[in-house]
Amino acid sequence: MEKTKVKIEVPVMADKFANGEKPEYLLWVGSAGAFDDRYKNVTRTFVKILAYLGIDYAVLGTEESSSGDVARRAGNEMLFQMQALMNVEILKGYEVKKIITCDPHVYNTFKNEYPDYDGNYEVIHHSQFLKQLIDDGKLKLDTDVFKGKSITYHDPCYLGRANGEYNAPRKVINTLSSSLIEMKRNRSFALCCGAGGGQMFKEAEKGNKEVFIERTEDALETGAEIIATACPYCMVMMTDGLKYSNKEEKIKNYDIAELVAMSLNL
Amino acid sequence: MIKQILFALSLVVTLGVFTYTVRRLIAIFKLTKPAFPIKDIGKRVEVTLKVAFGQTKILRRSVIGLMHALVWWGFLVILVGSIEMVIDGLAGTERVLAFLGVVYNIIMASGDIFALLIALFIVAFLFRRIFMKVKRFDGIEMKHKSHVDANIALSLILFLMVTLLGMNTFYLAHATATGHEITGIYPVSQYLVGWFSGMNETQLYILHEANWWGHILGIFFFANYLPYSKHFHVFMSVPNVFFSNLAPLGKMANMENITKEVKLMLDPEAAFADAPEEEEAVERFGVLDAQDVNWKNYMDSLACTQCGRCTSVCPANITGKLLSPRKIVMNVRERMKEKAPGLLKDGVTFDDGKALIGNYITKEELWACTTCNACAQECPININQPALILDMRRYLVMEESAAPGELNQIFSNIENNGAPWQFAQDDRMLWAEELYLNK
Repeated sequence: MEKTKVKIEVPVMADKFANGEKPEYLLWVGSAGAFDDRYKNVTRTFVKILAYLGIDYAVLGTEESSSGDVARRAGNEMLFQMQALMNVEILKGYEVKKIITCDPHVYNTFKNEYPDYDGNYEVIHHSQFLKQLIDDGKLKLDTDVFKGKSITYHDPCYLGRANGEYNAPRKVINTLSSSLIEMKRNRSFALCCGAGGGQMFKEAEKGNKEVFIERTEDALETGAEIIATACPYCMVMMTDGLKYSNKEEKIKNYDIAELVAMSLNL
Repeated sequence: MIKQILFALSLVVTLGVFTYTVRRLIAIFKLTKPAFPIKDIGKRVEVTLKVAFGQTKILRRSVIGLMHALVWWGFLVILVGSIEMVIDGLAGTERVLAFLGVVYNIIMASGDIFALLIALFIVAFLFRRIFMKVKRFDGIEMKHKSHVDANIALSLILFLMVTLLGMNTFYLAHATATGHEITGIYPVSQYLVGWFSGMNETQLYILHEANWWGHILGIFFFANYLPYSKHFHVFMSVPNVFFSNLAPLGKMANMENITKEVKLMLDPEAAFADAPEEEEAVERFGVLDAQDVNWKNYMDSLACTQCGRCTSVCPANITGKLLSPRKIVMNVRERMKEKAPGLLKDGVTFDDGKALIGNYITKEELWACTTCNACAQECPININQPALILDMRRYLVMEESAAPGELNQIFSNIENNGAPWQFAQDDRMLWAEELYLNK
């Protein structure tokens, strides 16, 4: 059956509010989600899924600002708290109660750190959101798309170790494909992609290897054709790792939202 | 009677030295900063039962972890026998807890078996340390002293196990030779008795006494050696787990003094409307030196037994960078040891011209951390290495503006345009243009 293209207008909180509407969810796009060339596609794709399912959500749009996660972990507590207090204030204005985000760093900061500044929300990582929809039978995936394709999954530190979420992304992948191959270091044993704590933005200290190369080797060792991630930093690092290993033609890395959208041909 | 007096004397000396050590440690703890309030006692008990007594985290490496767990569980059983020895020594009784009957038999029997197991494992541990090249036991922070310290501690434990088995064996042999009734069951020692069948009553008596005294004096010495050794973890691990940070690993501790300042900046009027505060001493942001660490950081450093599980999973260390989380923790203890005498004498203003950052820890180490929390996840006794590293970064950034240039750039980007990258905030919706859904 031929599909028709429908233009998506991403709902913005200020407009919704002006119309007296209060969306159920706020989608926190994050700086990487808005600006990183590769990762923008994850935001676009996730929004397609939300539109496809008719989820009642909105984004802050130009009112959104950095969550402050990277500032805090790079030692700039002052800047972090400025961002946190400002963000909490904006979210209060829109009476936000539930936040969805694709970024585990945003997820962690909002969930665990913003309560210190009276920002209390139900924070949902997109992997958890997708898993719930699958569990509830609201999201039915076509498993033929990934038939015979092996997928490995890289655990983002701030979803896994930091918050103990190992199962939701795996549940999504297992729904898509029967061949999820674990890396030798997985779940709480997973190796970092190398980008957290501000590393993404600076040269690495002197050593004998880049962390992202070490981790990409873990992924390549599985022989999987697809490396799935669930974090913007991990996405950037694994993409670089594949380029470095000259494997970017044969092996692709996708966010789990992209895999879901591919299966649905959105 | 003479035996009792001698015993009481050695016990007094032991407790005396121990009290001195503890009082000194308390004085040092008083120099440290507050960490977090001790709430959720139920949760703390649960985590202690799981992580400390259940050994859940050390068992993440199953083989060597199980060996350690058995040593620890054996230690707990044998501890009952040690308490009995202290009572016996003071009261002049013999195996005073025998009235416990079946329970006593179980404790003695398992203690006897554990003594052999522990002795075998300790020999294996010593062999591993001395003859095998285990990467985890190497690193810039692992000096000759560290290895000697580890081997002394292991040798002492081996000595304690050998004397325990000796004590049980000669107890059985002597009782059999003299026709005394035997209390307790000794599944291992009963086989060792045969080795000494040629000995007379006196010889057996002397050998029993020698092992008895050797064992208890060994314990007394060990107890006072530990606080000055990396093996202090025997005492400190359980409390360290009890006082764990219960928040998710991803949560960084809030700095309330900063919140106050930020609120003042965002809304000066509201902040001034609050009750006028008395002038507080200007506090240093973050950690520069020993007296800036909080009590939990210091407790972590005392509890650390330098096993190196943290460093072995650190992505920076794995890829050849200078950072080793174990070193950071060890440095806190070393620096406190160096600076505490001056601090205790002259107060927090004491300055010896050195500091933790600079003389012990370099900026290069601190900036290599990805805050992935693999180290904290791996630590068998819930030491929080990233908390220390981040508090030192906080010092570098907020007190010295000494972040690497690229990080200063992202700070100013976040300040100016609300993102680590130099993109205008007004462009935050560009990603949403020309977006279509296949329906």
